Parts: sequence; C-alpha cells; structure tokens
Amino acid sequence: MHATRTLLKLSTLAAAMSLSLSALAIDVTGAGATFPYAVYTKWAEAYKAATGNQVNYQGIGSSGGIKQIKAKTVDFGGTDAPLKEADLDAAGLTQVPTVMGGVTIVINVPGIESGKLKLDGATAADMFRGTIKKWNDPAIAKLNPGVKLPDLAVTVAHRSDGSGTTYAFSHYLSKQSMGFMRDVGAGTTVNWPANGVGGKGNPGVAANVQKISGAIGYVDIADAMKNKMDFVALKNKAGNYIVPNQDAVADAAAGANFKVKGMAPDLLDQSHKNAWPITSATYILAYEKGSDASRQKGVVDFFTWSLKNGQKMAEELGFVPLPASVVKMVEAEMKNIK
Amino acid sequence: MSVATPPIDLHAAQVRKFKLQDMFFHQVTLLFAFIVLAALAGILISLAIEAMPAFRQFGLSFLWTNVWNVPEDQFGALSAIYGTVVTSIIALVIAVPISFGIALFLTETCPAWMRRPLGTAIELLAGVPSIIYGIWGLFVFAPLFSKYVQPYLQTAVGDTPIISGWFAGAPIGIGILTAGIVLSLMVIPFVASVMRDVFETVPPQLKESAYGVGCTTWEVVTHIVLPYTRVGVIGGIMLGLGRALGETMAVTFVIGNANRIVGSLFAPGTSIASTLANEFGEADPGLHISSLFALGLVLFVITFIVLAISQWLIKRGIAKQGI
Repeated sequence: MHATRTLLKLSTLAAAMSLSLSALAIDVTGAGATFPYAVYTKWAEAYKAATGNQVNYQGIGSSGGIKQIKAKTVDFGGTDAPLKEADLDAAGLTQVPTVMGGVTIVINVPGIESGKLKLDGATAADMFRGTIKKWNDPAIAKLNPGVKLPDLAVTVAHRSDGSGTTYAFSHYLSKQSMGFMRDVGAGTTVNWPANGVGGKGNPGVAANVQKISGAIGYVDIADAMKNKMDFVALKNKAGNYIVPNQDAVADAAAGANFKVKGMAPDLLDQSHKNAWPITSATYILAYEKGSDASRQKGVVDFFTWSLKNGQKMAEELGFVPLPASVVKMVEAEMKNIK
Repeated sequence: MSVATPPIDLHAAQVRKFKLQDMFFHQVTLLFAFIVLAALAGILISLAIEAMPAFRQFGLSFLWTNVWNVPEDQFGALSAIYGTVVTSIIALVIAVPISFGIALFLTETCPAWMRRPLGTAIELLAGVPSIIYGIWGLFVFAPLFSKYVQPYLQTAVGDTPIISGWFAGAPIGIGILTAGIVLSLMVIPFVASVMRDVFETVPPQLKESAYGVGCTTWEVVTHIVLPYTRVGVIGGIMLGLGRALGETMAVTFVIGNANRIVGSLFAPGTSIASTLANEFGEADPGLHISSLFALGLVLFVITFIVLAISQWLIKRGIAKQGI
C-alpha cells in the first residue's frame, strides 16, 4: 500500500517534470561584441514572440565573447574581429557573419556642410595620425577646390574603449597609409596621435565631435545618422567619392568572396564603383560539436529565423543585411553546428 | 546541604554558559573580521598573479615608462599614474578650502534655522551617483568651460613662464583640469561633512572661554577648533583623496582618455581607473590584459600608501597634542 502510493507519487512527479520540460523552451545564451547588441536583442525579442524560445545576448565586447565561447560558458560568441582559420580549426569553432555595418568619418568644421568635404584614404590617414594639423592644409585643399577651409586646428576624436569600430577603421587607414600603420597601428585599441581626444562608445565620440570645433572622428553610420552629424565624402577604390549610406555598404559586400573558411573576407576598400570603403561585418562563433545538442540547435534555429525574418529590423536599426547569396551560404555553413 | 548546592551549581552553569556564549561570539566576529582580510589578500594576490606577465616583460620600469601602445604590446603606467595623481591634487586644491569654508559656516556662523537644510543638502550631494557627475561634466560643464573659462584663463596668464604652459593648447573643454574640477565637486560633500562633524566635537566650553577673552571667530577657529580637530580634518581630506584617486566613471567622461603626458592641464590625459574602465572589455589576452591588471595593482598600492601616510600623520598629530 505504502509502496504503491510512493510509486504513484513518483510517477506523477516524473510526469509533471517531463511536462514542464517539454513546456520549457530552449534557452540560448550568447555574449560578445557590443556593435550588434541592438540587433541581436531586437531579433531575440521578435523570435521569442514568434516561437516562445528565449535568447539572451550580453554585449561584453568581442574579446570577451571569444573568451566566453572558448570557456564554453555561452552557446555562441559574438565578435567584430573575425578569428583566423587556424584559430577556428584549433578550437573546433564555426564562424559565420550575421549583419554588416559601415564606419564613417564625421567632422565639425564651421562653414562646411555635411557631405561637402572630400577626403581620400591617404589624406584621412594623415589627419588621423596627426601629421595634418590644420584644416587649411594643402593636402585637404587640393581635394576640395572651391571649399573655403578655415585656419583651425585638427582635433582627432577617437574611441577610448577597445572596439570593433576602431578595429575596422584602423585597418582601413592602415591599408591606405604605411605611415598610419607605423605610427598608430591597427587593432581594437590603437596608439592615437597627440592631438587626440578619447570618448567612450560611439555616443562618446559623437559628443566630442559635436562639441569640439575642428574635430574629426569616426563612428558607425547608424550613429552618425541618428545624431545628424556632418560626414565627409570618402573616395573609394574605384575613385568615386561616396557619401555613407546603407546601399553603399551593401554594394561593398556584393563584390566580396565569402567562400572562405570563417566566412570573413576583407570588406574594406572593395572595388565596386559605389562601394563604401569602410565596411565590416560582425560574426558569431559556435562549437562544431557541442555538448548539448538542443542548445546547439537553438543557436542555429535562432539565426536561421533571424536571417529570414529579421532583415528589416536590422535595417531600421542602421545595420546592413547580408546579401541573399551570402545568407544562403551562412545557412549551409551553420549545418556544421551540431 | 542539598538545598545549598543547587544555586552554586546553577551559578557555575550559567557562568559556563556565558563563557561559551562569549567564546562563540568572539569566534564568530573574529571570522567576520578575517573574511574581510581574506578578501583583501585574495584581491591583492589575484591582481599580482595576473599582473606577473607584464612585470616580467617590462620589469619595475613599467612604473615610470611613458608609453601605452596596444598594437605593439608596449606598456608603461606613467601616463595613467600622472593623470590620477594630478587630477586628485587639483581636486583637493579646490575642494579642501571650499569644504573648510562650508564646515566653518555650518558650525560657527550659520543661523540655526539654516543649519539642517544646508547640511542635508550637502550630504545629499554625496549620494549623487558618479555617472551623473560625468554626464553633467561632459554635456554641461565642458562646453561652458571651453567657451567662457579656458580662453579667459589663457589670456589672463599670457606669456608668464611655466604657468602659461599649464594652460597651453586648444581650449576643447575636456582634459586633466576639467577632470580635476569635476572631481573636486564630488569630493567636497565628503570632506565638508566630515569636517563639520569633527568641528562639532569641539567642547563649547573651550570656544566660549576663547570668545569670552575677546577672540574673533577667526582666532577661535585657528587657535581652538583647528588644533582640537586636526586629526579629523586630515582624516576627512584623506577620505576625499581616496575617493578622487579611485573615481572611474566621471573621470572617464571628462578626462579625454589619451594615454600620454602633456604638460598642459588643458590637454586630455588618462587616469588608472579610466584606463581600466575603457580598455578592459576589449583587451587582447596576453600583455594588454596583464598590463591592465598591473595598473590595478598600482592603484591598489597608491591607495594603500595614501592611507598609510594619513595614519602616520594622524599619529603624529596625536603625539604633538600630547594626548
């Protein structure tokens, strides 16, 4: 009697547990780059509304994301600086891009309207390494006949925190100028010149540029538009001066070859005639052979769903969706995540 | 006999019980105290372990090398130490006299009805989160400072040798001096309320008798109040210094975050805490992370030295008073 009651209790308990388990949605956790934080959380919100599954993403920085996924404390990691093929193989990770963005140069020069100042990569590099110190420098004047340039000191507004924006921007300028590579370098935190002022985050740089007369800085296109900042027209590889916009970023991706391990082609300075020169993508990392199949599937399901349904949301936030052909490749590549 | 023994036994049992209780209480409180010590030691040890690679690479010269080059993995703490110390000194130079004035006014000359609301207002200032000071400093104070104060300062000092160098450079509103001024605002409520509290401990008999023999308020303050409260005043200043040295968010907003030393106070600089706040999130594993930990260790040691000096000063003050 007593035994049967216990058995009954146990079986109801087991039934209740299995019920609650099946009702419990798969809970997926990711961490990493702050740049895609806005779009990942937006996707997660919409994904939860559509499927009931929860995805948590913590914007802790790219290197934090790489550390976390290698320590297996998260189901996927986010990074703006893609891992190299050898690193991916060594760790058994798959890497796919999720969304793109562009970095733009913003200025605050009295008398010069947004988009009216032309710069090429080499001149921009000289400004950002501190060798061009005045706005009426002959190098700038040569590119801008007819524009009245003031006798004003150049102040370089840069990121004070390590960031994927700095990573993309400094790599672009390093490609344009050996001098920049030598003096400043390329990376998430670099060695800015003496006339520099550091601000925290894109908003910090934006605030500094808007407050300091004679400032030149770099921010994500989305932030430049949101803050109605003055940007420059930048010369691309094809020789055209491009005003930053989402289409120009998409054009940069159109010509790039994503058919490489890690799916991280160099999107900087692409040769498409309308390509925005400072374009970059952000990536996720996940294990090829994970310990928990349901969570692995949760990661794949989330990004498959988002790439199919979330492109409009990404655009509204100022990001640039991957081209359709690349999305197909991402979906194929994600089959490796098991 | 059987009647006489139980009370004695009862007494003994009670004493034993009390002893046990005391013992237990002693052990528990000892444990609590040791938890703090253990945490302190743990922090110090883990900082030291993580900082090891940086010190092994750069040696002790890490402390006086003026370079912070992340792409080339070259690190030195001098620019951050310089920024930390200089902003804290500026903060104290501004905050100490003002706090002194506030405390004196509140305890000596303030009408009674104003005392409470004013005192409470100053204490409330101490509760404002530091990020608020940072946002205010960046968006309100810095633009006004660059427009109205910095150009004026530059004209005022003109070509005076040495001093003109302190105010050289483009008046961009953010930099070492701005950070020092914002810090001083954050430090004032702490220093002022400590000073007020200790000024209030001066026995009225002493002050009254001084007034009675015809002393002015200033004479009472310099000859009675200050000597009596020297220890507490130093303690308050040190408390302010401690806050200034470790302040992170407000400084990060307004210091300009440039890892270098420029003689001018108008120039952007960096402090240890702001460098940590800025670079930890995206720091590359290896020397960069390790150097940041080393910076943390340096801040720890600086704070420790400040406390040690304040203790020493206080002891000396007590000895002089002959207490």
